[in-house]
Amino acid sequence: MIVRRMRELARWMAPLVLLGMGVPLGAQAHLMLHGGGATFPFPLYAKWSYEYARFTGERFNYQSIGSGAGIEQMRHHIFDFGASEAPLDAEALSRSGLIQFPMVIGGVVPVVNLPGIAPAELKLTGPLLADIFLGRITSWRDPRIMALNPHLRLPPLEISVVTRADGSGSTWLITRYLGEVSADWRLKVGNGPSVRWPVGMASKGNEGVSSYVKQTTGSIGYVEFTYARQNGLATVLLQNRAGGFPLPGRASFLAAAAKAEWQGPERSPKGLTDQAGEGAWPIVGASFILIARDQPDARRAAALLSYFDWCFHDGKRFVDELDYVPIPEPIVHQIEAAWAAHIRVGGRPVWPLAQPPAKSNG
Amino acid sequence: MQQPAEGAAETAARQAPPQGPAAPGRPQGRPRRGNLPDVLFRATTLFFAGLVLLLILAIGTVLFAQAHLAFSHFGLKFLWTKQWDPVRDSFGALPSIFGTLVSSFLAILIAVPVSLGIAIFLTEMAPPWLQKPVGLAVEMLAAVPSIIYGMWGLFSFAPIVARHMEPWLKHHLGFLPLFQGPPMGIGMMTASIILAVMIIPFITSITRDVFALVPAMAKESAYGLGATTWEVVRNVVIPYTRTGIVGAIFLGLGRALGETMAVTFVIGNAHDISLSLLSPSNTISSTLANEFTEATSHLYVSSLIALGLILFLITTIILSVAKLLLWRIERQVVGSVR
Repeated sequence: MIVRRMRELARWMAPLVLLGMGVPLGAQAHLMLHGGGATFPFPLYAKWSYEYARFTGERFNYQSIGSGAGIEQMRHHIFDFGASEAPLDAEALSRSGLIQFPMVIGGVVPVVNLPGIAPAELKLTGPLLADIFLGRITSWRDPRIMALNPHLRLPPLEISVVTRADGSGSTWLITRYLGEVSADWRLKVGNGPSVRWPVGMASKGNEGVSSYVKQTTGSIGYVEFTYARQNGLATVLLQNRAGGFPLPGRASFLAAAAKAEWQGPERSPKGLTDQAGEGAWPIVGASFILIARDQPDARRAAALLSYFDWCFHDGKRFVDELDYVPIPEPIVHQIEAAWAAHIRVGGRPVWPLAQPPAKSNG
Repeated sequence: MQQPAEGAAETAARQAPPQGPAAPGRPQGRPRRGNLPDVLFRATTLFFAGLVLLLILAIGTVLFAQAHLAFSHFGLKFLWTKQWDPVRDSFGALPSIFGTLVSSFLAILIAVPVSLGIAIFLTEMAPPWLQKPVGLAVEMLAAVPSIIYGMWGLFSFAPIVARHMEPWLKHHLGFLPLFQGPPMGIGMMTASIILAVMIIPFITSITRDVFALVPAMAKESAYGLGATTWEVVRNVVIPYTRTGIVGAIFLGLGRALGETMAVTFVIGNAHDISLSLLSPSNTISSTLANEFTEATSHLYVSSLIALGLILFLITTIILSVAKLLLWRIERQVVGSVR
């Protein structure tokens, strides 16, 4: 009885469901591809997959499980693609049969919670920031901070340092930068997705750091720029290599990326932190995509590459919307040339595609 | 049971069903031969029971095997080294062990009096129309997912602690080493209070159930002798149910030791040991939750698994101690009856 009723229902519903999904009857089923890794570019990757699925019907499921986990899954070729801020070195890439390329550029900003201090008011230099995170400067009225900010009324508060508890690309970027500007940092702490912080408390995720900073008067932390803007946190002006104090944001991230070079899909690229440009924000980095050099399935490989191609071109407007910086056009050309040269299915190249990728089906 | 003042308890104990080896239990022995359903039933239940043992054994073995690298690299020193440095691949478990034990101990310290108070009120004093709703409310607390406690702790409770509780404590008790450092609302104290709230429903509902088992005869006799409610609770109810209370406390402790999400949100996740309850700390489970996904080197992963093994052993030891305690109390009670 119930079964029959269900069947009847299904017969009525089926065309409606298909109509809703915009799938013409008889078309090939759409693919579902899996990727995962870095949390840093997650808002953008989620937006891209959503828009791309609306546009083509192909779905890309991105899980922000952390760069380390993303790399681990790619080592065993479980995901179709992985994402990480810390690029793999040439040896690790060739051992796992992977290639890597940058997908998007973003910035990390220090944020503070100080009564009476608005966003982009407090100035700090790299070595000062390193000394704060090393626990050497413990008060906001430290003479070195006061000398740099003669116009600000700094409160007589202890500095509470807030860091990321989980391993993350943001930590990787800021510790890399601090190591570049402070020899002591290189010696005592070093660079990695999670490090031994000399002082402070740690919270999980960008959201966790934002909320710790918001709740603790006198605190300083660091987050991916989008989170700072969305949460209205007071960003810090950081002195760059040229001696200027650029505003953190798209323009200064772009300036840092302007001279970016790419060493090819099999090498670990140079970082973008502490760039020489006049208006360059000093803590900037790319998020990298990892994919297998030998793809098992021609259709999946084609879908994967046409998705990334769409992200680089049509998907660019979402990059701007979310305050990331797109990869410069000349580098995109190099990346797509590298796909043609390296990615194979059964020994045959995949890119450029034989037929143009499926476009909108209205 | 030596003092004559506790005579009432002895009366209560006499009411207890006989325990121990002499107990005339269910008829022992095998099912009758040839009764296939019975044999099958017995085999199935045995299989399921054995499965649990096997599972625990498998968990222990896997943990031990995977933690081997960390222990062979650092030696037993791993247990009392403070350093936790993923960049240099140098790991020590002491801060996490310390944080786990201290936060759970504090949680028990807060939760036990509160839970006993609720249970006593519900069984001895509450008017009947109030018993059901309050009892239900306590059980509802147990149904709240731990991530909700974590988010509530971080967004609502931590600011209250930072603005009101910690400044007060620092003002009045600031001379103690327990209350040093800036009042951030994040740290050992907040984590312990949240843990306490999470284990209160467990301890409360078990103690309430065992309190309800106290024979009315024993209580009525005590009241008849002119005892007040306090005296009845102190001398009849609690001595009669000691085993159950200890069991409930250890169940709560077991949960507190392994609690992950709620603690991770509010403890501050610093690999550091501090006497101050206001400073950020860490537990084994929060370290695992935070760092497992990004652990790339073999030694890092192995050290995290070694932490898991340590937690496994701590829980086993505490449960064994609990069993031992219960067993001794049981023997005492039985002995005093004879």
